[in-house]
Amino acid sequence: MTAFIALIIAAITYGTPLLFGTLGEILTEKSGNLNLGVEGIMFMGGAIGLGGVFYYEKAVTTPNGILAVIIGMVCAFIAGAIASLIFSFLTITLRANQNVTGLALSIFGTGIGQFIGEYMRIREGGYITISNTLKGFFINSPFPQALRDIPYIGNILFGNSIFFYLGILLAVVLFLYLGRSRSGLHLRSVGESPATADAAGINVTRYKYLATIIGGGISSIGGMVYITTIAGCVWNHEGLSGVGWLAVALVIFCLWRPLNAIWGSVLFGALMILYLRLALPFIPTQLYKILPYVVTVIVLIFSSMRNNKEKQPPASLGLSYFREDR
Amino acid sequence: METVCAIEMRNITKRFGSVTANDHIDFSLNHGEILALLGENGSGKTTLMNMLAGIYFPDEGEIFVNGKPASIRSPKDAYDNRIGMIHQHYKLVDVFTAAENIVLGLHEGGKLNIKAANEKVRAICEKYGFDIDPTQKIYDMSVSQKQTVEIIKVLYRGADILILDEPTAVLTPQETDKLFAILRNMKADGKAIVIITHKLHEVMDLSDRVTVLRKGEYIGTVPTSDTSPQALTDMMVGRAVTLNIDRPRYEHPEQRLELQGVTCFDAEGVKKLDNVSFTALGGEILGIAGIAGSGQKELLEAIAGLYPISSGSILYSPEGKAPSNLVGKTPMQIKKAGVAMAFVPEDRLGMGLVGSMGMTGNMMLRSWRKGKGIFVNRKDPNALALQVWKDLEVVTPSTEFPVRRLSGGNVQKVLVGREIASSPSVLMTAYAVRGLDINTSYTIYNLMTEQKMRGTAVLFVGEDLDVLLELCDRILVLCGGKVSGIVDARTASKEEIGLLMTHIGGKEEA
Repeated sequence: MTAFIALIIAAITYGTPLLFGTLGEILTEKSGNLNLGVEGIMFMGGAIGLGGVFYYEKAVTTPNGILAVIIGMVCAFIAGAIASLIFSFLTITLRANQNVTGLALSIFGTGIGQFIGEYMRIREGGYITISNTLKGFFINSPFPQALRDIPYIGNILFGNSIFFYLGILLAVVLFLYLGRSRSGLHLRSVGESPATADAAGINVTRYKYLATIIGGGISSIGGMVYITTIAGCVWNHEGLSGVGWLAVALVIFCLWRPLNAIWGSVLFGALMILYLRLALPFIPTQLYKILPYVVTVIVLIFSSMRNNKEKQPPASLGLSYFREDR
Repeated sequence: METVCAIEMRNITKRFGSVTANDHIDFSLNHGEILALLGENGSGKTTLMNMLAGIYFPDEGEIFVNGKPASIRSPKDAYDNRIGMIHQHYKLVDVFTAAENIVLGLHEGGKLNIKAANEKVRAICEKYGFDIDPTQKIYDMSVSQKQTVEIIKVLYRGADILILDEPTAVLTPQETDKLFAILRNMKADGKAIVIITHKLHEVMDLSDRVTVLRKGEYIGTVPTSDTSPQALTDMMVGRAVTLNIDRPRYEHPEQRLELQGVTCFDAEGVKKLDNVSFTALGGEILGIAGIAGSGQKELLEAIAGLYPISSGSILYSPEGKAPSNLVGKTPMQIKKAGVAMAFVPEDRLGMGLVGSMGMTGNMMLRSWRKGKGIFVNRKDPNALALQVWKDLEVVTPSTEFPVRRLSGGNVQKVLVGREIASSPSVLMTAYAVRGLDINTSYTIYNLMTEQKMRGTAVLFVGEDLDVLLELCDRILVLCGGKVSGIVDARTASKEEIGLLMTHIGGKEEA
């Protein structure tokens, strides 16, 4: 039982960065933009988010933990938003191919993230990390000990880092926004049929830009969460690899629904760490590590077999919109 | 009584590059009238109306709405001027409900209240006699329901000037009647309505006045009661053309194609063709009518070997040879046997032509297997391309010019010309004149008749019942994948076919 609870908690820890990455990408894809650059965006978010917190702690004598968390998130968000702005400019304004641009952004972002991270590391004497008191605000639960002491469920429900709860809140907000608000309806129409949205007087370009930039920023926070919670607030140039791609896969797995992203990311988190927690000696860890991708493939097969109109990607996903094109 | 015009356009000019789509056009529309905007394809009807709808902005000229000068730069401006346009291609989001589509783009009082919107839509339906469930998803709807949603969308925005672009192109005669009844209701309600069309009988039936455009120029406006179809045609094409299609009888029709109980299922297991049996004769044009999606496409593809047949047989008897079964043969074998198909899909290019290749390249699609060696023969296809170019008067700068960039009519000429050039013994065409102007349509009709008189069995899937009745020898009507009836085109009436299209055997269901 303890092992199982430990597995769930570890799954939530590993799933939280994915949750941000996925929610951001859902928002982006709902506007009809397929940003494959999530991997690069998360790298940038990780390096710049950690850097922001590191230099904040260095600059002040008595750093405030909550402020540090906010600074980390804001720095990561801005990094991701800038990266997505490049993507948006290329694909929306210049109408470049989204797949190619996304892949380029992936490589570019990974490079920039590693460059900044390594540059900081070498300049600051070979090691970038933050003090243990400050780390606590990133890693520990925001809830009082009493709640966490409830048998079995206490730690699962209340023992996670603050980011998991922020992620759930974000998922709910995104769900309400997309499903219930007028602006969300407009955004979905842009992703489904930009020509229709345009004819209805909706500013397609603005919706696409905003959704992509904000979505990229949210994804980027996921990178920062990974570095601060899983990698222990230490810059490690290999730490993040693959998380962004998993987030892209998870968007499909969730069928573009924010609420599905909550349990989906925890499930994927579990699949990511199964090789540590449920290691069977005769199965190589590499096989464990492909599990999330195998699950995605299976889900893709099933969702396309059923051919249900409600479970399809936004109809104009990956296509650029040009009003005079007929 | 001096009334203010709902819309007045003065001296409107619109150019696209070197092409002048509208050349100093004057146009006026009154409240409480239905005005038909008549013209051939490419005469600038849609362009002119798009300037009212805010899709295009005029290069020259002025627009007055209710007597006041208006500058319409976007669809939103158009709505602010209470102008709404129902485009030919519906602009609807498939996965949204009717009501969600209707409120799309509106900013009424901040919060989205879909329940209130549903109620408002129901109220509009009640007022004008529409039959729509606001909570139904678009992908579950028929074409005519989708059109209704488009109309309600415009009314919901408070438009009192409605522009409908070829509204009846996709409707059955019964649905058309229903639409016309609704339009008359609206007229009685004081709304100003423009319908863009090239169907003369609709103009005569529905409109109060007619404005005619020809090749981007304004020809004139006449009250419908003072004119006749013949006079309007003269205005439209600029010279008198006979409305009758020449329909000679072929002396010795012989059996060419016999289908027996052909049944097909699509990938989802839905029955697309249900026990279809008929005979096509060499030397006749067999028209195939039906509401869009009744199995026309599947039928042609099944004969061409492109669609899997689950049961039934297709017997093909070429001139002077014993019949053979086509079921189970590959499309290549069927083509070699002399069965040609010219299918013009909605996007006109889809099947049959490669958009980025020129005419020569597209001619080669039929002949690349011929010849020896590893290089293809470009000479013969080029000669063929030149011939089609000349014979069918295709407007293109050269035979290497990408067909994608030709106008729709010319694309169709290339496609039909190529299929005819292989001198088939069965020629199948679907929507061969879709979107073509009258003159080009006649070129195509004549080609069909020419083929028929050569003893070819022609299968002609068409949309315009008037044309089917004038061109074909017999008409087969499909309804939901079944053969609803086969009628003699020389004696059948349009109402008869319309009924067959909607009810198996033409009987009203009890």
